[in-house]
Amino acid sequence: MSEVTVSRPPVRGGVGESVQRPDGIPKVTGRFEFLGDMHAEGMLWGATRRAWVPHARIERIDTTPALALPGVHAVLTQDDVPGHRYQGQALTDQPVLAEERVRYWGEAVAVVAADDPETARRAAEAVVVELEELEPLTDLELARDRGEVFRHIPVRRGDPDAHGEVVVEGTYVTATQDPAALGTEAGLAIPDGQGGVDLWGPTQWTHVDLTQLAACLALDPGQVRVQPCRIGGAFGSREDLSLQTHIAMLALRLDRPVKMVYDRTESFVGHVKRHAGLMHYRHEADRDGHLVRVDAQILLDGGPYQLTSQAVIANSTFFAVGPYRCDNVFVDGYALRTNNPPSGAMRGFGANQPCFAAEAQMDRLADELGLDPIELRLRNAITQGDRLATTGQLIEHPLPTDEVIRSVTAIPLPEPEDDDEPLHLPGGTGLTTPRDRVVRGIGYAVGLKNLEFSEGFDDFAEARVELTADGAVVHTAAIEVGQGMVTVIAQVVRSVLGMSRVEVAFDHTGQIGSAGSTSASRQTQMAGNAALEAATVVRDKALEAGGGDHLDDAGVWRGDTLVTSLAALTADGPIDHHVRYRHRPTDEPDADGQGELHVDFCVAAHRAVVDVDPDLGLVRVVEIAIGQDVGRAINPQQVHGQIEGGIAQGMGHAVMEEVVLDHGVIRNASFTDYLLPTTLDAPTVEAALVEQPSPWGPFGAKGMAELPTMSATPAVVAAIRAATSLPLTRAPVHPEDIVTGPHDAPE
Amino acid sequence: MQIERPRDLDELLAGLDSHPEATLLAGGTDLMVDVNLSHHRPETVVALRRVDDLATWDDGFIGAGVTYARMEAGPHPALAQLARTVGSPQIRATGTIGGNLGTASPAGDTLPFLAAVDAEVVVASRGDRRRLRWEDFLLGPKHTALRPGEVIVGVQLPERLPQRQAFAKIGVRQAMVIATVNCCVVRDEDGKTRIALGAVGPTVVRTPAAEELVSSQQQVSATMLDEFQRLVSDDVTPITDHRATERYRRHAAGVLARRTLERCLPR
Ligand SMILES: Cc1cc2nc3c(=O)[nH]c(=O)nc-3n(C[C@H](O)[C@H](O)[C@H](O)COP(=O)(O)OP(=O)(O)OC[C@H]3O[C@@H](n4cnc5c(N)ncnc54)[C@H](O)[C@@H]3O)c2cc1C
Repeated sequence: MSEVTVSRPPVRGGVGESVQRPDGIPKVTGRFEFLGDMHAEGMLWGATRRAWVPHARIERIDTTPALALPGVHAVLTQDDVPGHRYQGQALTDQPVLAEERVRYWGEAVAVVAADDPETARRAAEAVVVELEELEPLTDLELARDRGEVFRHIPVRRGDPDAHGEVVVEGTYVTATQDPAALGTEAGLAIPDGQGGVDLWGPTQWTHVDLTQLAACLALDPGQVRVQPCRIGGAFGSREDLSLQTHIAMLALRLDRPVKMVYDRTESFVGHVKRHAGLMHYRHEADRDGHLVRVDAQILLDGGPYQLTSQAVIANSTFFAVGPYRCDNVFVDGYALRTNNPPSGAMRGFGANQPCFAAEAQMDRLADELGLDPIELRLRNAITQGDRLATTGQLIEHPLPTDEVIRSVTAIPLPEPEDDDEPLHLPGGTGLTTPRDRVVRGIGYAVGLKNLEFSEGFDDFAEARVELTADGAVVHTAAIEVGQGMVTVIAQVVRSVLGMSRVEVAFDHTGQIGSAGSTSASRQTQMAGNAALEAATVVRDKALEAGGGDHLDDAGVWRGDTLVTSLAALTADGPIDHHVRYRHRPTDEPDADGQGELHVDFCVAAHRAVVDVDPDLGLVRVVEIAIGQDVGRAINPQQVHGQIEGGIAQGMGHAVMEEVVLDHGVIRNASFTDYLLPTTLDAPTVEAALVEQPSPWGPFGAKGMAELPTMSATPAVVAAIRAATSLPLTRAPVHPEDIVTGPHDAPE
Repeated sequence: MQIERPRDLDELLAGLDSHPEATLLAGGTDLMVDVNLSHHRPETVVALRRVDDLATWDDGFIGAGVTYARMEAGPHPALAQLARTVGSPQIRATGTIGGNLGTASPAGDTLPFLAAVDAEVVVASRGDRRRLRWEDFLLGPKHTALRPGEVIVGVQLPERLPQRQAFAKIGVRQAMVIATVNCCVVRDEDGKTRIALGAVGPTVVRTPAAEELVSSQQQVSATMLDEFQRLVSDDVTPITDHRATERYRRHAAGVLARRTLERCLPR
C-alpha cells in the first residue's frame, strides 16, 4: 500500500457504512422491473404441459391437438431437444422434458409457444399425455435399502471403541421447506438471428446455466449469452435451471422471442426445495459434559434427480456435530433418490437438517447431565486451533463460537407481557387464547457452516475494475438476487480507491468470466475479493501514472495538491484491471471423510422466546436474539436485513413452513396453504454482531447470510419444548404435535 | 367473456333473468382465485359493485355487498371480531359477506356468526324474493340453495341481538389464515345460548346438546364448562386434511367453544 501522508476523511459510501441499496426505493414503490415484467417486440408466450402424477410410464404424447389451435406456433417435447438431453449441474440425469417416465408430481412433459398466455395455456392442456401410473418411491429408509443413493459419505474419525458415560439417542425429522421466493420463475429468450440466443432467466450463477444451456441447445458457449437479471428472490432455488432451456428451445425453433412466467402452483413444482431429513443420533459424553463420541445417520430426500444433492449431503455429513469438539465421530450421510419433488440448494445447504437434530441432542444431553444447556455448549465450543469434529480439519482462522453464545446470552430477555392485545398472544387476531393460558419457553441453538465451495472445487470469481473520467465501474457476473451484493462490492471498491463515484455493472456471460454462484455465503468474500484486488491494481496504476499518493473523485493527489485530474489521467483510455480470484484450494475427502475440505467457517447462536397455548398448540414466537459471526460488517444495515429475513425463514420452518407430501403429491402448492410467516408473525429480532476479522475476506468480512436461518429453527423448537415438556422431534411443529399427536399418529 | 354492470337491483335481476347461468362477481377475492387457478372460466360475468341496494346496512339487514372493512367498524362485536381475522387489509376492503355466503366454504368466517344468531339469507330473482334460514341456504361444502337467476340480497338478523357475543378462530398464523376451527357464541340476558362452529363439518354447525346444557343456567360452573366442552367435541364431525387432523379439530372445537362461551359470561 502507498504511504498515506495526509489524514483524510474516509470516503463516502465506503466499508462500514449502511449504504442504501440502489434498487431499494424502486422495489418498494413498484417501479423495479423484475424478470416477469420484461417485454420484447414480437414476443410469443410459452406454457408448460405438466404431468400431475408422482411416477408413471409415458405411453404416448400427442401434440397435434395443441398445434391445431389457432395462435399456437410450436409444441416441443424431449424429442425436440437439439443437443444433450439432460440438464442439472452434473448434466447426467434430469431430462430437459420428461423422457419415458414421469418421476415427480408436476414434471414438465411438453412446452408450447403461442400468441398470448391464455392460448399458450390452452394449448398446453390440449397436449395428449397418456400415462401408466407406477408406484412412487417416497420413503427414505426404503430408498436407502433399495440402493437409490445419489451419494453416501462415511465419516470415520477416532477410536471406534471410545465411549462416554452419558448417552442420549434420538430420531429427528425435518420436513421439506419451500424457498417460496415471492417472484415466480419467469424468463425471456431472444434469438440473435445468427443461431444464438440471449437469455434472461431466474439464476444465481449465469455461467453454470451457460454450460448446461449450450450443451442442451447444441450451441457453442459463445452463442448463448446468459444475461444477469432482476430476480424476485432465490434462497438457493435458482441454482438449478427451471424454464431456461424450454424458452430457449422455443425461441430458437421459431426465431422469435419467447417469454414464460410460472404461476404460483407451477412455481411450487418448478424449483428445488430444501431436502427433507431423517436423522438418527447418538451422543456420548463424560460426566463433565465433554463430548466423547457422536454417531449419526443422516438421510436426505433428493427427489428424482441428482441436481446439487451430492454437495448438500456433504454439508449435512460434515456439519453433523455442529460447532463442537469431539474426537470420535462416525457419520453416514445419504442423499437418496425418490419420487418426491426435486430437492436442491436452500439457505444453509444441508447444514440445517443436522443442526436441528444435533442441537436437540445437546439439550437432551444437558438435561441428562443436569447441566445448563448454555454451559454444555460453551464447554464443547469449537474455536481457532481446534479440529472440526467430523473431518479433523484444523480450524486456522478465527471462529468465535464461544463469543456468539456469550453475546446472545448477554442480550436482556424480553419482559413478560401482561396485556391483552391480541397480537401479543398466541392465536393473534383469532382471539383464541386468554393471557392466563400462555406458557413461555426459551430455547437456544448454535449453528456452524462452511463458507464458499468445498471438497476440492476450483472456486473462483472474476471482476474487472475500470477507471474513467466519470469514476470507476466494477464489472462482474455475480448475481444480485436481492441480498445486496451490489452495495457491498461498490463499498469495497470505494474504500480501496478512495473514490465515491463507483458503480457496479452486471455483465452477461459473453463479457466476463464466471463469478461463481451467489450461494454458499460466498459473494461478499469471492466477488468482493476479486473486486478488491482489481481495484488495488487500478489504484496503484493510477497513482503511478498520475504521480501522486492518493486518489479521490477529482483525481490523483500528492499531499493536498491535485496533481492529475481523472479526465487527464484517463485521456488515453480507461485504466482497468481484471482479476480471477481464487480462495486457497481445499481437499476432496478421503475414504473416511477426512481432510482439509473447507476454506472457512461461520457460526451463529440463537435464543428464541416463545409463548405457547398448550391447550390449542398455538405458538407465538415473541423474540429471537442472535449472536452472529460476521468478520466485519461491510454494510451493517444489510447484515441486519439478512439476519431479520433469515430468522423469519428459520422460524417459519419451525412453526408452519412445510411442503405437505402425500405419496409424492404436494397437498399445499399455494400460498393459501403453504403458510409463510407474515410481518405479524415475525418476532422481534435482537442482534449482536461479533466482529473478529477474517484474515482473508475483504476488509475482514465473512459471508454470513445463511446462519441466521440455520439455528433459528432448532432454537424455536427448543423453546416450544421448554414450554411444553414435549420431545418434539420434528420440524415444523404443528398444533397437533403439542395437543393431540401428529398427523400420522394412531387414533 | 361478457361483463354486465347493472346499476340497480331491477337491472341486475332483469339481467340475471336473461342470463341465469351468469357468474356473479362481488369483491372477487374467491372468484378470481378460482379463475386464476383455471378452475373456472365464466362466460358471462355480472359485476355487483355498482348495485347500491346490495351495499345497504339497515339495523338488522346487512346487504350482500357489505365488506369486512365495514363489518369491522359495525355495531355487532362478534361480526367485527370475525371481520378483523379475514385476510389482509386489501381483502377486507373488497371481500363481502355475500361472497362468503356465495362461496359457502365450510371454513367461511361469517358463517358461524350467521348461524349463531339464526340469520336469514334474503335472495331475489326477477319477480321473486325468498328468505331462507341459514341452514336451508347452506347445503354443503361450496353448495347453496341459490337457484339460477337468483342473487343474494343480504342477510336479515333477528330484531334483538344479545350484546354478549364473541367470535374466535384457530389458524397457525397470527392473522391472514384460513380457519382450522372457528366459532361464534351468543348469549341472552336470560342465559339462552347459541353456538356455531365452522371447519368441523361439511357446513357450519350448531351443537344443540351443548347449547341446552348452558342455556338453562344463569351461573355456569367449571364442571358445567367441562361438560360443555366435551359435548361440543362429541357433536362435531370434522375431517383430516392437509390443514389439520380430525382429532385435533375435534379437541380444538371443544376448547375454543368453551373459551368463547367464557367470554360471554359475566366476569
Ligand atoms: C388472501 C385471501 C385471504 C382470505 N381470507 C379469508 C378468511 O380469513 N376468512 C374467510 O372466510 N375467507 C377468506 N378469504 C375468502 C374470501 O375473501 C371471502 O370468502 C369473501 O367473503 C368473498 O367475498 P367476495 O366479495 O370477494 O366474493 P367473490 O369472490 O366476488 O364471490 C365469491 C362467490 O360468491 C358468489 N357471489 C358473490 N356475491 C354474490 C351475491 N350477492 N349473490 C350470489 N352469489 C354471490 C360469486 O359468484 C362467487 O361464486 C380469503 C381470500 C383471499 C384471497
